[in-house]
Amino acid sequence: MNKSSIGARLAAAPYLVWSVLFVVAPLLMVVYYAFTDDSGNFTFLNFAQLGSYSDVFVRSIWFSLIATVVCLVLAYPVAYLIAMRHERTQRVLVMLIMLPMWMNFLLRTYSWMAILEDTGVINSILSKLGLSPVHMINTPGAVILGMVYNYLPYMILPIYSVLAKLERSMIEAAQDLGANRWQVFTRIILPHSMPGIASGLTMVFVPSVSTFYISQKLGGGKFDLIGDTIERQFQTSYNYHLGAAISFVLMVLILVCMAALNKFAADDEGGLLI
Amino acid sequence: MKTMIRIYTVLVYVFLYLPIAVMILFSFNSINSTGVFGGFSLRWYRELFRDSETLNALKNSIIMAVLSSLIATVVGTAAAVGIDKMRSRWLKSVTLTVTNIPMVNPEIVTGVSMMLLFVFASRLVRISGVLGFWTLLIAHVTFNLPYVILSVLPKLRQIDPHLQEAAQDLGCPPLKSFFLAVFPTIVPGVLTGAIMAFTLSLDDFVISYFTNGPEFQTLPIRIFSMTKKRVTPDIYSLSTMLFAAILLLLIIINVLQAQSEKQQSKKKYY
Repeated sequence: MNKSSIGARLAAAPYLVWSVLFVVAPLLMVVYYAFTDDSGNFTFLNFAQLGSYSDVFVRSIWFSLIATVVCLVLAYPVAYLIAMRHERTQRVLVMLIMLPMWMNFLLRTYSWMAILEDTGVINSILSKLGLSPVHMINTPGAVILGMVYNYLPYMILPIYSVLAKLERSMIEAAQDLGANRWQVFTRIILPHSMPGIASGLTMVFVPSVSTFYISQKLGGGKFDLIGDTIERQFQTSYNYHLGAAISFVLMVLILVCMAALNKFAADDEGGLLI
Repeated sequence: MKTMIRIYTVLVYVFLYLPIAVMILFSFNSINSTGVFGGFSLRWYRELFRDSETLNALKNSIIMAVLSSLIATVVGTAAAVGIDKMRSRWLKSVTLTVTNIPMVNPEIVTGVSMMLLFVFASRLVRISGVLGFWTLLIAHVTFNLPYVILSVLPKLRQIDPHLQEAAQDLGCPPLKSFFLAVFPTIVPGVLTGAIMAFTLSLDDFVISYFTNGPEFQTLPIRIFSMTKKRVTPDIYSLSTMLFAAILLLLIIINVLQAQSEKQQSKKKYY
């Protein structure tokens, strides 16, 4: 064994120490706080309290599922169109998708509030046109719109990158063999975009289900989500144990969803071979 | 069909830029409203430069982004080199799994978990009020590291492993041979990682929200406390300027990229 390989392996040591201290240990802390009470005794009480938050969990999952599906519907044709352009045009179009993400997320959400409010941009335009105002803010629709808006690029980009790698010759081959447009899409393009769709689904669902700012600003605090409940335990009611228990359940929920999705995506590829 | 997809795409782009356009327009509002446009003025830009708290938060954000991305780039690049050379498959896959944790975990869980660690540690040593500059720096470095590592690793895989050995056989010491033979190839990956870390740190709200203290506010934290009440359009003028800066930066990067590609294609001809 030469000197450089020992040196090279030691190079990862600071990072390994850092990860144990600041990635693994914090997660263990969540588990510790979730299963203990204020005096440090083991308890299941924190989880027993979760029953009263079941409506929050159901609402969070429901809203995020809708947002994720809407994102997929909005994103797919856009990703497809970008992927079929010239390389230089592709780069500009992708940059334009990423640009809004560089704006502060809080400000983008706040701006939607200013647009949707009863005295906001849309309603002041409507009243100038002599139309009656529409109530949009503080509705479930507004919260879901906020999720869709903020996380749409996370759906477009992975689908685009899979479609951009798709060999054109494969499509041409299918056409030469007499496949019509619909067959090309369902037999070639769609199956090949599955990995992109799968990662897009998680990249939209995970931040949506755990958000707290969007629901506060666009839902007016009327539609508490999991994120709101966690935030409240840590920043206003200082019940870290209950907050840790909710975070723990959220983590498990997301792990289960991702495992299921991975299996679904894998099954699809397996199906291709047969 | 094609025109339909085209119209659809244009509408999606309009949707993506609508709130930003509104923000830019209202930053020039002459009246104090984020809903009704009263006329063009630079009033809110002047107000902004008088708001010392916001300017201070901007300064703090830049300090935090520079420091955390520097540390993450050094530690992360070294880590990538180490991971690439790891012989034990088990250790490698465990390390990569741990690296993925901050990327797949919801931000709020990452933030809360670090807060719990800091609170727990401070109770152990009986010091109160640990949350502040240092905890924020630790948190930022932690969520930056995976992005640096994952952008350096693929570059390392492209390198011929015999290159460094050859340099050493010719008498070059290990560290020097690394900087001469390996480093130049991974520079693009290191730079991408550093830029990503910088921007992530600059923009982070959720994790900072749980790990910061009252004496060191970053810009997103400042924006959050401002949006708790009704905001005045001066925050819009700040974001408009930030947006312009980012746009300029991206255009410069894009032009530079296009130029270097042109030069490379020229080289092929000669």
